[in-house]
Amino acid sequence: MSVAKRIVIEPVTRVEGHGKVVILLDENKKVISARLHIVEFRGFERFIQGRPFWEVPVLVQRLCGICPVSHHLAAAKAMDRIVGGENLTPTAEKIRRLMHYGQMYQSHALHFFHLASPDLLFGFDADVAIRNVIGVAGKYPALAVQAVLMRKYGQEIIKATAGKKIHGTGAIPGGVNKNLSIAERDVFLRDADQQMTWAQSAVKIAKDYTVANLAKLAPFGSFDSNHLSLVRADGAMDLYHGNLRAIDAEGKVIFDQVDYQSYVDFIAEEVRDWSYMKFPFIRSIGPEKGWYRVGPLARLNTAKFIDTPLAEAARKEFIAVTSGKPNNLTMAYHWARMIELVHAMEKIHALLNDKDLQGTDLVVKGERREVGIGLLEAPRGTLFHHYKVDKNDQVVSANLIVSTTNNNEPMNRAVAKVAQDHLQGVEITEGLLNHVEVAIRAYDPCLSCATHALGQMPMELTLVDYQGQILDRKSRG
Amino acid sequence: MSAKVAFTIDGKTVQGEQGQTILQAAALASIYIPHLCAMKGLSPWGSCRVCTVLVNGRPQAACTTPVAEGAVVENDTAELKDLRSSLVEMLFVEGNHYCMFCEKSGNCELQAMAYRLGILAMRHPYMFPVRTLDASHPDVMVELNRCILCARCIRASQELDGKHVFDFVGRGSHRHIGVNAATGAGGTNLKVTDKAAEACPVGSIVKKRVGFAVPIGQRLYDSKPIGSAIESGRAAKG
Repeated sequence: MSVAKRIVIEPVTRVEGHGKVVILLDENKKVISARLHIVEFRGFERFIQGRPFWEVPVLVQRLCGICPVSHHLAAAKAMDRIVGGENLTPTAEKIRRLMHYGQMYQSHALHFFHLASPDLLFGFDADVAIRNVIGVAGKYPALAVQAVLMRKYGQEIIKATAGKKIHGTGAIPGGVNKNLSIAERDVFLRDADQQMTWAQSAVKIAKDYTVANLAKLAPFGSFDSNHLSLVRADGAMDLYHGNLRAIDAEGKVIFDQVDYQSYVDFIAEEVRDWSYMKFPFIRSIGPEKGWYRVGPLARLNTAKFIDTPLAEAARKEFIAVTSGKPNNLTMAYHWARMIELVHAMEKIHALLNDKDLQGTDLVVKGERREVGIGLLEAPRGTLFHHYKVDKNDQVVSANLIVSTTNNNEPMNRAVAKVAQDHLQGVEITEGLLNHVEVAIRAYDPCLSCATHALGQMPMELTLVDYQGQILDRKSRG
Repeated sequence: MSAKVAFTIDGKTVQGEQGQTILQAAALASIYIPHLCAMKGLSPWGSCRVCTVLVNGRPQAACTTPVAEGAVVENDTAELKDLRSSLVEMLFVEGNHYCMFCEKSGNCELQAMAYRLGILAMRHPYMFPVRTLDASHPDVMVELNRCILCARCIRASQELDGKHVFDFVGRGSHRHIGVNAATGAGGTNLKVTDKAAEACPVGSIVKKRVGFAVPIGQRLYDSKPIGSAIESGRAAKG
């Protein structure tokens, strides 16, 4: 009988939510597989049962402190269906879009500068004592200030549209509860050019880094996969609304322009006994090979084009690296993310000049429904909210497939790949710990919303054999 | 015309009228005495005790104590503030008050009272009671998790609407608001236009599908603390 061994990494730092990585070894000390465990359970889907539907967009956004707007808007889109108000007024749709692009802008800035840039600027193996946001502030003070102000800009937009920077109330079933005043608008217009310049410099940092280190980054945690996102009817990237499109690793279309109200016919979720987090897959392909990636990388791969000029120019440079084929490099997520940062800022700028934002027609209603499904592209990927509401206006059931859940299998694959490449013997080295963290952070610094953690993060790595014997354990955080 | 009654609140002379409560006379004199179960237009009740003042040195509920000539009333003291804070904290811990997703946030008298009193944490342990939400009425939701047993809905229904939709059921810690139909609020003659549907100081009785229609920043207590209307004299005029 072969003797398998397991390596466990926990806690992973600069990842929101508590993660634990278990690496399983065979008797030859080769990596069999890696399992990224999200150790907490939150259960929002259960405890919103019985709550009135209009409360849900405000309640479920508490899943997360980084991207609450995504949950707020996805739930509001679902509740638009409940009240028959999915055809929003121009003002309502544009206010929501502004909120969403503000969210995308601040979250991408946070993800790249605060959470990921220490690895890129100092190297994956740099001392953890300096490889953090404080280290970045010390060595690159101008960049750190810029990162803070970019994040602030996005958060102020959220405040102006949702009422608060975190956990606001702006989107309500069938519309929004406020427009944007001229005075509020002018504050953002004043800084828009500066923000645009910074966004462009950010995409340059990501591009230059990725291109310069391509030989090292290309194999890092990488693997071929399917890609999924919403796209507009004409195939353009659309982060707020669209139809589902999935392609394989070569770019072949699996499905396209699927109305997400029928997503259950195309996407299923597999439960595995070792994880609270489910494993979604494309039904027509099956769980074995039907898993897919979501998020900035997937969106750059699925979109036929981007409808804003600067981001589109950046996209063309991005796809040139893979000669127009889908990019399957885990570490290309950061570059893709910064292209979206530019896109978000271009959209913000265009919206600020749109007089519809000062409109007063804020809410619509129509035929009442009992099922509401709302999808959007959250910063970390496609977000699914699905509710049933009874005739008394109470939520009967809910299913949330969050971005991290969609990326569950890819993150496991990325960790397994890194472990295969960097594990030496049966000892957890600093190098292994660092590399596993870097791979996870490319996807998602936010694990908590996926199983919906109670309490604080960090994460640990453990190496164990199949009989349960722990060979080594390292934790951090 | 009723006879004038002169007394003092925190040393300031107040001219009341015979038959008024201390709370009423104080409000007309632009002096705010914190209160929750008392509501203009409803009979005095005296259950929450948040309006407790010292009358000639003795604790009394200002909402049920009549004015008396020469009375010395203490209202704005550190000791009374601490007492009121403790009472309000008890209301918080004995219910399930989740302000973060409650649609009444910003318009809630209990929440506003906690802010006004400077409550940052509860000194009592949370009780996490199991309570029910009655959504059977087409236009009004009765959410007992947030109920503070002030009886404003009971009184409004009886005294202003001429109905008897709400009343207390149970005793002691089991006491709660009930409705006069076995099938829930939907089986009663409650209408969304009833005063009883508007009397709730918290998010316990709310109109359905209104939710978060009022944006943050424009809610009742977003810019001014509870009691400001009285202190500015607006309440006296109204």
